[in-house]
Amino acid sequence: MGEEAFTDISGKAISLNCQSHSSFCREFTVSSSKVSIGKVLVYTCSVWLLAYTVFFFTENTAVLSSAILITLVGMMLHIHFVKVDHESLLVIGSLGIQVSSSYASGRETTSFIEMSKIKDIVINEAIYMHQIIYYLSVLLKDASDPNAVSSVVPLFQSSKPRMNCLVKVYKSCQEILSKC
Amino acid sequence: MVLKVFFPQCCNRADSGLLVGRWIDGHDAAVVLTVIHYPFIPGQVKLYVQQMQAQSRVELSVLGSWSLPKEGQEGMESFLRDLSTIFPQERWLQISREIGKTGFHCQVLQRDQNGRAVQQEPKKKKKKEEEEDGEAEEEEEEEEDDEEKVIFVHYEQRKVMLSQLHPIQNGVPDPQADPPSELRQVFQTVAHSDPLFFMDKYDDGPLKSTHWQTEGREASIIVELLKHASVPVCLLVSWLLSVWTWICGMRIFSLYPLRFLSTKLSTCVQLSYRTEHMRTLSSPKAAAGHTEFMRKANILVSFLVDVALGMLLIWWLYRENHISMLANTLVPAADHVAKELDELLQWLMGAPAGLKMNRALDQVLGRFFLYHIHLWISYIHLMSPFIEGILWYGGLSACFGLTFALSLLSDMVALLTFHIYCFYVYGARLYCLKIYGLSSLWRLFRGKKWNVLRQRVDSCSYDLDQLFIGTLLFTILLFLLPTTALYYLVFTLLRLVVVLFQGVLHLSVDFINSFPLFAVCLRICRPYRLAEGVKFRVLSEEPGTALHLLMEINPLKGNTVVQTYRTPTYSCYPKDSWAALVKKLFVGELIYPWRHKTTKTD
Repeated sequence: MGEEAFTDISGKAISLNCQSHSSFCREFTVSSSKVSIGKVLVYTCSVWLLAYTVFFFTENTAVLSSAILITLVGMMLHIHFVKVDHESLLVIGSLGIQVSSSYASGRETTSFIEMSKIKDIVINEAIYMHQIIYYLSVLLKDASDPNAVSSVVPLFQSSKPRMNCLVKVYKSCQEILSKC
Repeated sequence: MVLKVFFPQCCNRADSGLLVGRWIDGHDAAVVLTVIHYPFIPGQVKLYVQQMQAQSRVELSVLGSWSLPKEGQEGMESFLRDLSTIFPQERWLQISREIGKTGFHCQVLQRDQNGRAVQQEPKKKKKKEEEEDGEAEEEEEEEEDDEEKVIFVHYEQRKVMLSQLHPIQNGVPDPQADPPSELRQVFQTVAHSDPLFFMDKYDDGPLKSTHWQTEGREASIIVELLKHASVPVCLLVSWLLSVWTWICGMRIFSLYPLRFLSTKLSTCVQLSYRTEHMRTLSSPKAAAGHTEFMRKANILVSFLVDVALGMLLIWWLYRENHISMLANTLVPAADHVAKELDELLQWLMGAPAGLKMNRALDQVLGRFFLYHIHLWISYIHLMSPFIEGILWYGGLSACFGLTFALSLLSDMVALLTFHIYCFYVYGARLYCLKIYGLSSLWRLFRGKKWNVLRQRVDSCSYDLDQLFIGTLLFTILLFLLPTTALYYLVFTLLRLVVVLFQGVLHLSVDFINSFPLFAVCLRICRPYRLAEGVKFRVLSEEPGTALHLLMEINPLKGNTVVQTYRTPTYSCYPKDSWAALVKKLFVGELIYPWRHKTTKTD
């Protein structure tokens, strides 16, 4: 229960909210920081200044209106498809794991993995740009060979929390998984 | 293990009674399908469940009891417990709910060897139950020892019954393969047990039950009428199709030129596709599975849309004499193209872009092509009185659908630009000959040759004469190459423009033919019908109560719908990559619009 502050791999503040609905059902929500107004201003201003420069030379007003349109559409696409507001992981013992991420515009994508397909939850190590990061992932069973892993589903893909946060989630997930 | 009870939302407020449903083997889960109300005669319930089991082929059983006590109904506890001896089951669920509270109580009675029902553990309780008698308090104490281990998953029965879980599994599942997953079994159970849902509260039968159709059966008069009307329509269409197949099977059509032409003309190809589609549609049997049903529906909807678009085209064409306008612009346009080509050739015969060409070859090629244009122009002028008639009758083909009109347009473009095709072929052949000659002579130059038997380059010692002649030929070919290459380049560009236009036409025809319009509409209007999976929402927030989850249906993504349900046509097959196309162009092989890819002829 309750919110805890952590940082993601680039040092930005994120918060982890653990909610225990019952002894075998827990929900973890990682909320990332909101869109900063400064960033929006910088992008908007740069596009508009560029448009104004072009307008200064061509004297075509269509440039200005298209710049406004581009910034508006770009912002909408950004909050609808790129900017993830929070990601949540719902672990229900003996039923499955539900991974959902909701975008800043309110769009939500959800996928549910049944317990019979899940092999384990592990913390993985990966090389990302010039650094090594850790991420939580669900290992899926191979249908033909019960010991093999058919695929890996990474969790908290867009917020990318640091190790200390992952360990906390990992421990409580394992607690539930080991019971069932 | 945690016991999962899939509970229909429509039974939340049902009167007390018996829960009928199915235990899912190996998963510790129960699917509640319906509630049969008191009063009932146990024998009748058993008979009813058996009947339903025979009809639906789902292992139905009485799962337990459901109680929602009204005022004045006290002391049900012992009665409910006695019921479990009437309906012998391995496990007996005793679910109860109180008015004004959201949580359910659940007790599981397990039978021991003697056949006596044993109360295993009181499963869960809702918090803050104040006016409870002593018995309940005892249960509460027990509850503190045992953890609550029941999950109630509420599902909407109608949506789960109608939805189709993807990826689709057709037919009988392979016994060797894994058993279907738990959710799939839940979906199958609900979908197959629709005979159970036919009894509504207006029926006079001995039993009363609650399920999603209790308030009355859901059906559409229009759909029923259409179902009845479809039988004679199907018969008519199949009779027409048999006549059409007989005509097509006549011997005249299998003669060489006609057969060859019919594979090349896109109208004929479209005709054969449409025939095949209509054959699928007109089969009198109802669709066997979900895939076949969707395929039929998609074909029907695209056919209707196609015809509607064709009618729109006809309305536009014949409204204000657009046909003659078109015909009057067509001949001058062809003339104009010929004139432009003429000028282009004149330009090529001079010193194009300042390049110095081989004059003699240049003149020969240029005159040759000029003569062709002359032939072409006389052909067009010969045709010009008939063009309007051809357009008028051709426009009528749009009543079969827009695709026919587009294919006809593509064919007409192919015929009208036949000269460009000819130029291209001559240029490509010459260029190809030169390239091959040059490459083999280059090998000769290096003292090598192509071994046909081993499919590789071997070294070889040539005579002096051979080397002399080879070098001479190589020089001549090399110096004549730029002229040929120039002609080839120009006519290839022209040809590419035509191919591009035809390609766009073919793509649009193919799009209309194969786009799964019905599936997309279903995805938009009834998102639950095509399910990718499920998603759960936690309903009860208080700790200590049984977990109540709401199961919602996660609709399929748009691109998956299109991929799964598109009708297969020719463009679905792998095409040449761009790199292969460029290589072909460079070597001088002939390129065709997409449909000719498989039958490459020279």
